[in-house]
Amino acid sequence: MAIAVQPQMPRVWRLETKPHKFCPGCGHGIVLKALGEAIDALGIQERTIFGCDIGCSLLSWDFFNLDTVQTHHGRTTPVLVGIKRARPELVVVSYMGDGGAYAIGAQHLVSSAARNDLVTIIVVNNTVYAMTGGQMAPTTLPGQKTETTPYGRDAGLTGRPILGPELVAAIAPPGAYVARGSIANIVQLKNFIQKGLQNQVEGRGIAFIEALSSCPTNWHTNAAATWRFVEEEMTAYFPIGEFRTPDEKPSGRLREVPPRGL
Amino acid sequence: MATRPITGEERAFMTGNEVVAWAALAAGADIMYGYPITPQNEIMHYWTRMAPKYGRGFLQTEDEISAGFATVGGVLAGKRAFTATAGPGNVLMQEAMAMAEMMRLPTVVVVTQRGGPSTATVIYSQQELNLTCFGGNGEGLRIVYSPSSHDELFLYTIKAFNSAWKYRFPTFVLGDGYQSKMREPVTIFDPETRGITMEPCRPMVGLPGLPGEEREPAHLRNTYNLEEELYEVLMKAIKAYDSVAPQVMEWDVYAVDDAELLIIAHGVVSRAARAAVAVLRERGYKAGYFRPITLRPFPAEPLRPLAGRARHILVVESAYGQLKRQVQAGLYGISTPVTGYLRPGMGITLEEIVEFVHEKELI
Ligand SMILES: Cc1ncc(C[n+]2csc(CCOP(=O)(O)OP(=O)(O)O)c2C)c(N)n1
Ligand code: SF4
Repeated sequence: MAIAVQPQMPRVWRLETKPHKFCPGCGHGIVLKALGEAIDALGIQERTIFGCDIGCSLLSWDFFNLDTVQTHHGRTTPVLVGIKRARPELVVVSYMGDGGAYAIGAQHLVSSAARNDLVTIIVVNNTVYAMTGGQMAPTTLPGQKTETTPYGRDAGLTGRPILGPELVAAIAPPGAYVARGSIANIVQLKNFIQKGLQNQVEGRGIAFIEALSSCPTNWHTNAAATWRFVEEEMTAYFPIGEFRTPDEKPSGRLREVPPRGL
Repeated sequence: MATRPITGEERAFMTGNEVVAWAALAAGADIMYGYPITPQNEIMHYWTRMAPKYGRGFLQTEDEISAGFATVGGVLAGKRAFTATAGPGNVLMQEAMAMAEMMRLPTVVVVTQRGGPSTATVIYSQQELNLTCFGGNGEGLRIVYSPSSHDELFLYTIKAFNSAWKYRFPTFVLGDGYQSKMREPVTIFDPETRGITMEPCRPMVGLPGLPGEEREPAHLRNTYNLEEELYEVLMKAIKAYDSVAPQVMEWDVYAVDDAELLIIAHGVVSRAARAAVAVLRERGYKAGYFRPITLRPFPAEPLRPLAGRARHILVVESAYGQLKRQVQAGLYGISTPVTGYLRPGMGITLEEIVEFVHEKELI
């Protein structure tokens, strides 16, 4: 008798909404799987609030058996910070694309990092604005063609791709956890996300994880070219690894500031 | 490098977003600042493909707050600068447009309305009328054109640049998602061949000469310390707005001379309204049609006598009374009853209008 082998899905995944709504070959599903497994491993499903942005991340609004808020483009982090400040016992996850994190929501990211907000931020870096049809993103690689850089991104005109984890690592106070993983290594990615959630649970500081991800739809790539882009071209520019761990002193001249009255 | 994107006239079959990009090119727009949002995206897509060929610029900003303020900067530098947005992007842009209003800056914004409130749908609506006409913290000293066809989209995009620079008020082309994505035949042209001369632009900062010695430095401000000071500046702007309003106002009418039922609509919906009037006329009913082309300033004066003569007014819009409120304010004191066929975020067909007229026995 043939036994149908079901793929293992994290417990926290909401089966009624599967198969999910992302395009075939999309990296979002893999990142959400890593997140689901991390939540399972920590046993925090009951007190986790999931927030997603506009952008393809919004397609995850009913992805989990978690209380979920889908909010405005770039504003996910402040919404989750608002929840966390009001109910510190909750674990909040802010999930968004690189556009939401580094362009329209950059001020929120910088401010949250500076405040060391107790949130876990996961940014899916697919080098494009996917949902709106493939325009340039803050992470578009030099020379990469998009709908608004039809002749290839000219870094001289539009700047160099933003290095999110490096940015957060440079400004966050001690206690922060910052890493960059990739959908090409789901075990490591899950480990990073789990550490990021743990950091919040232990009240140490902000956790920021960027995940290198794929968008075959807007890259116009087949499976082989998609993986080559993620594994070779993206990782050449965006190094994988941990940039800050909570027990480590931040680089530069960041120091704990003693509280002072006005 | 080529400078004239269109010579003479050309017939084309294209989407509204493409029409806007061509119109901005033909109008001699120098630079676009933008942030992606549906249904406006292809304006940027077409612009980024064509602009380098004609020496024009583009910058994708980090959000609409930035796109709006960068457009303000482009205008201050003396460039025919513009941007395009929709929905929540239009909301974010109001901060910059309020500044443009205060400082009398000729900014141009193309709005491709989508469903609201908030992020809502990316498809279509007429719900950005209030926002576009009155969205800033101020008095709404703006010019807002509502085109109904691709030919008008082309014409009024060009006109927006001219009105902005002539009257020095922020100017908007209030399109919508259907216009953005729909293809229809259009005649695109070089403005000069139609006798349209583009208003000259002039820089307000970075003028030649050593400031303080060879010329007065430009000290432009948006902040006032005293109530009286602000009041004076504002009243001057309001007076200027009121005095140019009669020249700026535009409207369209059809079969109104003996109309007992006056149907009022703007933008694409006015096409259904006009067609509904034709059907009602065929059936022997005295229906007429009035369309404000400028929503700000609102053409109340030409509307009042027609409304006074009619027995009933029907406002048809893909919003819940945003146009109807403008109509009622404009008709204050006239006792003709006003009914609304209000479908927020929904398209409206001529059949629906005719059916509604019969069902409510408006004629
Ligand atoms: C204020 C505002 N501006 C623009 C948009 C349109 N918009 C929707 S999704 C998106 C880009 C999303 O890109 P990214 O954040 O990188 O996520 P991805 O789709 O790639 O997952 C934009 C610009 C919006 N919804 N709201
Ligand atoms: S458009 Fe790209 S990012 Fe969005 S769901 Fe499809 S593959 Fe994923």
